[in-house]
Parts: sequence; C-alpha cells; structure tokens
Amino acid sequence: MTLVLDVQSLTKGFTMHHLNTQMAAFNDISFGLHSGEFLLLKGTNGAGKSTLLRTLYRSYLAQSGAALFQSSHGVIDLMRAADVDITHLRRSEIGFVTQFLVARPRVSAQALVAEPLRQAGHSADAALDEARRWLSAFGVKEELWRAYPTTFSGGEQQKVNLARALILPQKLLLLDEPTASLDVQARTALVARLAELKSQGTAMIGVFHHPDDVSHLIDRVIDLTPNTSNPEDREDVAY
Amino acid sequence: MTITLDAPRIVTAHPLMTLKNVSKSYGDVRAVRDASVEVFPGEVMGIVGESGSGKSTLLRMMNLEDTPDTGSYTLDLPDVQGNLFELDRFARRMLCATKIGIVYQNPHLGLLMNHSSSGNVAERLLVAGERRFSVLRDKAQIALEASEFPLERLDAPPIELSGGMQQRVQLAKAIALEPALLLLDEPTTGLDVSVQALVLDTLKRLQQDRQITMVIVSHDLGVIRTMADRVIVMRRGEIVESGLADQIFQDPQHPYTQQLVHAKL
Repeated sequence: MTLVLDVQSLTKGFTMHHLNTQMAAFNDISFGLHSGEFLLLKGTNGAGKSTLLRTLYRSYLAQSGAALFQSSHGVIDLMRAADVDITHLRRSEIGFVTQFLVARPRVSAQALVAEPLRQAGHSADAALDEARRWLSAFGVKEELWRAYPTTFSGGEQQKVNLARALILPQKLLLLDEPTASLDVQARTALVARLAELKSQGTAMIGVFHHPDDVSHLIDRVIDLTPNTSNPEDREDVAY
Repeated sequence: MTITLDAPRIVTAHPLMTLKNVSKSYGDVRAVRDASVEVFPGEVMGIVGESGSGKSTLLRMMNLEDTPDTGSYTLDLPDVQGNLFELDRFARRMLCATKIGIVYQNPHLGLLMNHSSSGNVAERLLVAGERRFSVLRDKAQIALEASEFPLERLDAPPIELSGGMQQRVQLAKAIALEPALLLLDEPTTGLDVSVQALVLDTLKRLQQDRQITMVIVSHDLGVIRTMADRVIVMRRGEIVESGLADQIFQDPQHPYTQQLVHAKL
C-alpha cells in the first residue's frame, strides 16, 4: 500500500475582518492515508469535519501545515500547490462528493455525468454510454437522462451528482455526507461503488451523518472533537 | 496568516498571456497599480471589483486599446514576440484582429449598428486579409452559428436586434478568426436574467468545445462564479487577491473580498 496523503500539523481558522475576530476550525491535525484506505472523520457539529475536507480540496486555504499528496507527477503539497496545479489534480486525481449538484442551464443529465470522462479524454460516445450506465445504477429514470437537471427534485439531482462525481476513478476521494437523504436504491448503489473504488485503490476520507451505511468500508476513524483527535484503530470492525 | 503558494509544477505549459507590473495613471488618478496577471491556455480568468477598480482598464490594455505607463504584455504564440505594448498602431490592429477577440458590454462599441449582422462578422475577416466573398460568407455564418445566433436573421442589422442577440453578433465577430484569447467586458450586464443565462451557456459551451482562453470582467459575482476557473479581485487599481474561484467565494482572505462576497450572499 502506498501512502497517498500525508497530512502534517494542518491548522485552519477563519479571519472575519468585519468582526475583527478569528475563528479556529481545527488545529495541528496529522494523519496518513494509504491507497484503498477509508478514513471516517467524526466529531460534534462545528468540529471542523467539512472544513478539513474543503481545506484538502483547497476550497479553503490552510493557515499552516502540509498535505503531501502522491500524485502521478510526484509528491506535491496540496496546501502550497499553485492554483493551476490544483485545477489539474481536481480533473484527474482528486474528487469531491457532496450532496449538492451544480446544475447548468441547458446541459442534460447525461452530458453532465459524462463530462469528467470527456475531460479525461474519453470519446463522446463511450463517455455517454458510461454516463447512462451510472444514471441507471443510481436509479435515475431513463426519461430524465436527456432532460435538464435544473428542474429535477432534490433527490434526483443528488443522484445525478453522485453519478458525475463517482464515474471517474480517482486516487483520492473526499466525501461530504453523500448519503444524506438518499433513497435505498441510490444508497445501495453508492456504497457498492465506493467499495469497488476502494478495492481498486482509491483512498477516501468521509464525513457521514449515518456511518452505519458504510461501516464495513471504514478502516480508521479520526475524531475531530477538540482534545480527542487521536486516530483510533478500526481493525476490529468486520469487513 | 496563510501559506504562500508555489509556482506551478504539474502544469508545465507557459501562460498564454502575461501582464507584468502594469501601472497606469490618468492625471493624479492611478487607474492601475503594479498589476501582474498570468492566464494559462484553456483557462477562464475572472476579474471582479467595484466600478472604478481598474478592471475594465486592465481589460482594455489586454486588447491593446490602452497603453500603460509602465509594464509589459506578452502572448505565448508561435508568431508573436516581445512586449506588445511596444507595437505600432498597424501591428496592434492586425494582432487584435487575428489573435484577440473582445465582447463589450455596450454593443455600440463593438458593432456597426446599421450594417447587417453577417457583415459585421465578415468585417473582422476582411481586416485579416480575407477577400473571397464565399469564404467570408461561410466563415461568418459558422461563427454566428457557433454563437447560437438564429441564421434567418443573418441580414438584420444589430440595431433591430434584442440585447441578447446583439451580444451574440459581437461574440461571433470575436471568435470568427478563432482567437487565442477572448476578452469579455461585462458581456451579460443589462440583459434579462433568462437571456443572461443563455448567453453564459453559449460562452461555456464555446469554451469547452474550443478550449478558448478567456478573461471575463464583471461586477456580477454570479457570472464570475459560473464561468471562471480563477478569479482576480481588484480594488482602487490594485489586485488585492487572486485564487481558485471556489476559494475566493468560500474562503476570501482580503477584507475587501470578504465584504464583496458577503454583500452578494
């Protein structure tokens, strides 16, 4: 197993200039993550679980520390990498899964799902076939594949989003409560896809409101609640 | 306090466009102060800031309509060399016609309002030296089609068209020669929300199909959020912050950017 991510003393807080205050999110977090490993972040509301995911994805800027990522171009510190390098990694090696779809006007569900494959260089036809396969797996009705998701219900949008986010296997996958409010079929499909990606070597860090859904995938747990941030071994959990 | 970012390591391509240490004053007013911008091939760069922040001045410099007091401008293209601000008027005009396209907020700036729409697009090709009538007509039509302009209105002059359609004619003119760099100055400001969404969608489509490098100036953060990969924030002629679009909107660092983002949300 190769070390995919090596997080060292990561610290993040927010400076709110209009209030002249600092708000700490998490302090001095360190952990390593190997290929095929699934790390669950837990902690009370406001402990910084989502903030840690967004910091690793670089939607937030860290204040100090490092996150050394084993990219196909060599080791790169995600906290220091140039913006264009991050854009490149987001297209090819690092995925972020939320429950929210960013729909675009006049782009069909299947085109939206196929997009990551197109950007990775797959042919338009192959990407569309694969997109339809995943829409079907997540339980999006065939009548909707060519429609525009802007008008879909929240649940349907979420399924389109999952299909899009998980269609292209990546080295590192950040999961921010992807199961929240999913129906049974979609949740089953999601868990099956995560298991498949994990067995192919994708390293994952997840925040789950109900970790029971994925309990059989979890290798380790980090508790971000202040003063309890010791990684706890989960070898005891049945696979 | 945040971490300082490194130079690109994975992306080895040179920036397509580089502005270095550009400053410009009008009398006592410093419109742009020591601005440096790099835009990489295929990237969409957004520039935000309030009126008078210098964002449009910067864009006009990129279109060689304005020359700064100091600073340099280079395009990394096979047949383009040196500091473009040093080119004479003729060379500037030729370069702009063939390598750079621009869409203005005000269509009067970019179009001859009483000439036919197809003629407006063909004019750009004429400047670049095309004289064959059939080629002019075909190329103009292709560009208008790519801009999703209704072809039954090819002969209508822009003055008779709606605001959204006028922007499509400007866009067709801008992309007719497949420029390396497309500049957009408040391209959807003043349009109805529904028309704005359609024009933005056309731009997004063009960008994805042709991988055009774009710089888009807007005071509308929603437009920038939809379009841009990276964002530059300007205030009083200075670049106060730059970063990935999602970072600028979710974790703005500079007090002014925080104020701007909070005002929007």
